[in-house]
Amino acid sequence: MTVELAIRRTIAGAERHFELDVAFQSQSRRVVLYGPSGAGKSLTLRAIAGLLTPDAGRIVLNKHVLFDSQGQINLAPQVRKVGYLFQDYALFPHLTVAQNVAFGVSRGVLNPRNGAMPETAKRWLAAFELDTLARSYPSQISGGQKQRVALARALAAEPDILLLDEPFSALDLPLRARMRNELTALQKHLDLQMLIITHDPADVEALGEHVLEIRDGRIFSDSVFASQ
Amino acid sequence: MSIWIPLLLSLKVALWATGLNLLLGVAVAFGLSRWRSRFRDLVDSVLTLPLVLPPTVLGYYLLILLGRRGTFGAWLDHWGLSPVFTWEGAVIASTLVAFPLIQKAARAAFEDVDAQLEAAARVLGLSEWAVFFRVSLPLASKGITAGALLAFARALGEFGATLMIAGNLPGRTQTMSVAIYSAVQAGDDAGANVLVIVASITCIAVLLLAGRLTPDRSSLRLT
Repeated sequence: MTVELAIRRTIAGAERHFELDVAFQSQSRRVVLYGPSGAGKSLTLRAIAGLLTPDAGRIVLNKHVLFDSQGQINLAPQVRKVGYLFQDYALFPHLTVAQNVAFGVSRGVLNPRNGAMPETAKRWLAAFELDTLARSYPSQISGGQKQRVALARALAAEPDILLLDEPFSALDLPLRARMRNELTALQKHLDLQMLIITHDPADVEALGEHVLEIRDGRIFSDSVFASQ
Repeated sequence: MSIWIPLLLSLKVALWATGLNLLLGVAVAFGLSRWRSRFRDLVDSVLTLPLVLPPTVLGYYLLILLGRRGTFGAWLDHWGLSPVFTWEGAVIASTLVAFPLIQKAARAAFEDVDAQLEAAARVLGLSEWAVFFRVSLPLASKGITAGALLAFARALGEFGATLMIAGNLPGRTQTMSVAIYSAVQAGDDAGANVLVIVASITCIAVLLLAGRLTPDRSSLRLT
């Protein structure tokens, strides 16, 4: 499992001119992109998911070319097979927990009904101990539960890599530590390929195997730690 | 003449106009909410015209376009489809007049949908159609419903443009508001009174229903 990325993108706005120019390669299963806010972490993550188109460069995931400006390849987000854990989870407020988890499993033009959940979705609901919340709506559940729903939803779609955008920033401190442990255990259990972006040194400590520090749109340091 | 005939005709015309606008207005609103172009404001202004132009002006435009001597109208007439002096003509007039009410409400609702949720749906593998039907439309449905009820009420009371294109044929194109005008013109005060009371009660009923369907009453405001 490898990630190979080299992208450039200029963001020119009225107040802000920003140049993103990052390049890295990794064979690690736990890559952490670490840096202050505004350093270009989110842009990089969005580019991998296909939600942002770089001006130039190349993104390759396990020899699967997602983007290549020279070869004029730019796969749609739909076919990149990446899971994305949004910072505020981006759960669908009009759907129940079960429907959220099943979202990427049934890809038709209509939302599956609550009673007709695909097997995969049921399995993920059970794996994250969400069975009892299946019929609740996102507004009715706690922050930690929301994160579990978002994780289950992303993993149920069977992605090749899971991208996590500041996964713990929306949680309070004690919960943060617990969810960090949960995520570490999950990663080991499923042998997940993860790319995490964070500004929190504690996340780096707990999750980093390959740590890339990003500053002002550039990779500032690159260090690989032994797998724990 | 029975008061039920113009009332039922008005309801039929208003239902058709609302239904057509739900397809047309919602489609245009979604397109406009995603369209990044400097012509967007211009197109938006043109689409809002029916809200501010006198209905008689709209009716006149419709006559020029769809009348038997109009180019498009002549073609329609050739196929026996001329809408002039038909209830379908009244539907066209009401649809046009009520269009901005749905279009504006739907567009505001679509622009309020969190783009991140649509992005999440794409990353989860859903096609653009599926994103629309499973995320954008349901999240905008409240605003669209509010717009549809306003459009229905507007279509129900349509007078000027309807009179221009559909005329005033009792039993065929004479809607409630046109029938009231006719009754007053003919000095039939008793008939006018009954029609006015029926029209008022119908509109109050529609507004009560609107309040029921949209718990958040502020969304019924015209913005």
